[in-house]
Amino acid sequence: MTTRLRAQTREVPHAVPSEVTAPFWDGCARGELLFQRCARCRAITFPPSEHCRGCLARGQVWEASAGRGTLYSWTVVHRPVTPAFDPPYAAAIVTLDEGYQMLTNIIDAAPDDLRADLPVRVSFRRVGGDLRLPYFVPA
Amino acid sequence: MRASNRRAVIAGVHNTRQARRLEEETSRSLMVKAVLGALDDAGLALSDVDGVSAMADSTSLIYDLGVGPAWQGQDFGAGMFAEAAAAVEKGYAEVVVLVAAQAGSYTDRAATAPWTRPENEFVAPWGMFTAAEFALIARRHMEVFGTTREQLSRVAATIRNNGDRNPEAIYRGRGPFKPADITASRPIAEPFHLLDCAMTSEGGCAAVVTTAERAGSLRRDPVHVLGAGVDFFGPSYQFPPSFDLRGRRDAPSNGWAGRRAADLAFRQAGIERDDVDVLELYDPFSFEIIRQLEAMRFCPEGEGGPFVEDGRIELTGSHPVTTDGGLMSFSHAGANPQMMQRVIRGVQQLRGDAGPLQVPGAHVALCTTGGAGALFTGVILLGDDLP
Repeated sequence: MTTRLRAQTREVPHAVPSEVTAPFWDGCARGELLFQRCARCRAITFPPSEHCRGCLARGQVWEASAGRGTLYSWTVVHRPVTPAFDPPYAAAIVTLDEGYQMLTNIIDAAPDDLRADLPVRVSFRRVGGDLRLPYFVPA
Repeated sequence: MRASNRRAVIAGVHNTRQARRLEEETSRSLMVKAVLGALDDAGLALSDVDGVSAMADSTSLIYDLGVGPAWQGQDFGAGMFAEAAAAVEKGYAEVVVLVAAQAGSYTDRAATAPWTRPENEFVAPWGMFTAAEFALIARRHMEVFGTTREQLSRVAATIRNNGDRNPEAIYRGRGPFKPADITASRPIAEPFHLLDCAMTSEGGCAAVVTTAERAGSLRRDPVHVLGAGVDFFGPSYQFPPSFDLRGRRDAPSNGWAGRRAADLAFRQAGIERDDVDVLELYDPFSFEIIRQLEAMRFCPEGEGGPFVEDGRIELTGSHPVTTDGGLMSFSHAGANPQMMQRVIRGVQQLRGDAGPLQVPGAHVALCTTGGAGALFTGVILLGDDLP
């Protein structure tokens, strides 16, 4: 397969951020991949939450990830969820070097390049509207 | 062993007509038909009912069916039966009717079914839907354990061949399927191809749960609820569906969802894995069967792929699975009907009602609902007698 996996170009579905999650998306707009770290126990919480998922304390601090990690699992999607998405695209879970996992899409790669533990790094791309999404590319 | 008369049994079941589309029906019209059908199967009347379990519809059904004052259930899938069983064993109700139905909510075929589309801000922008969620679980297992594309095809061909021979299945007469036919179908969310995936359809179903004492004088032989359990890791489709997601206890990860539930169910039942005659496993996607066989300890971790290769899971094998054709071929309506239908199929097998797909001498059935892609799995063990 010679198809290259690319970022979406049109507007994709995106729920309105809440007070808790807005700093993450503000970070994306600046090109920073943020996560919450607990001021008390140092555990990382992602996706964001009011409480640390480790010790349940409030008062978590936003921190910038180095944006590097490895591919944990992926799926090359050929039947898009809605017509807003252009297939094929590779939905994926990456494990960041800081130790947490997030959903993303892998781009700038061929489907056959993908394998578990592939080193990846974040690459912010503007999709439709003002949204900047944290895609990942092979590192 | 002398059993308590209040032990929970399933005294009646009913599937309405199932079809890709039921133009003349609504979810409500199907619910009413299903309730009346299950009560008729049991030999009971609406005036006998003092409990209703229909998720968010429980309370309005109590009003519309005129069965108040009544106990109301809120759970779904295997947990719905466990909840109703507990209710009759505790005496909160004598006769509980469980019902689910869906019609008319999936009409835009340019998109995947609405209940498969997440709205969460950390999920939706990535083009996720149910097939992709479950594909992330399957791919991780393939990378770690070497499970193959052909093994997935073997599962899907087996289940679709059951549906091919089931006169009640929406996709009756579509087969027979060879594993190569599954692999040759168009890719959806790899590793899944079209024929690895559940269909979408419309239909309803219902069941009646009561006590062994009450069921003793009814129309059909009761099917006993021997044990049950449910494992949840969090809400479906809002967080990364990671095989290795785990809580703070020393307990199995999400990839083995259903193991704790199965262990609990077998302990309650006082039986072993080898006592199970038929496995009505929930089959949203082919890989889920391989995962559940491992999670429920029918084979060691990582050996589910080889386990399904030699005909073991076929109707004539030692571990026949999903004998009506399941979500792939029988029906897959809405969120809850197709889960209830795994349990209803278990009841049909233990009553000898499975026609050309009857497993000879089926005395114990294990039924499951959910899967690791959705962060939960429920288990229920049924028996035609108490052990």
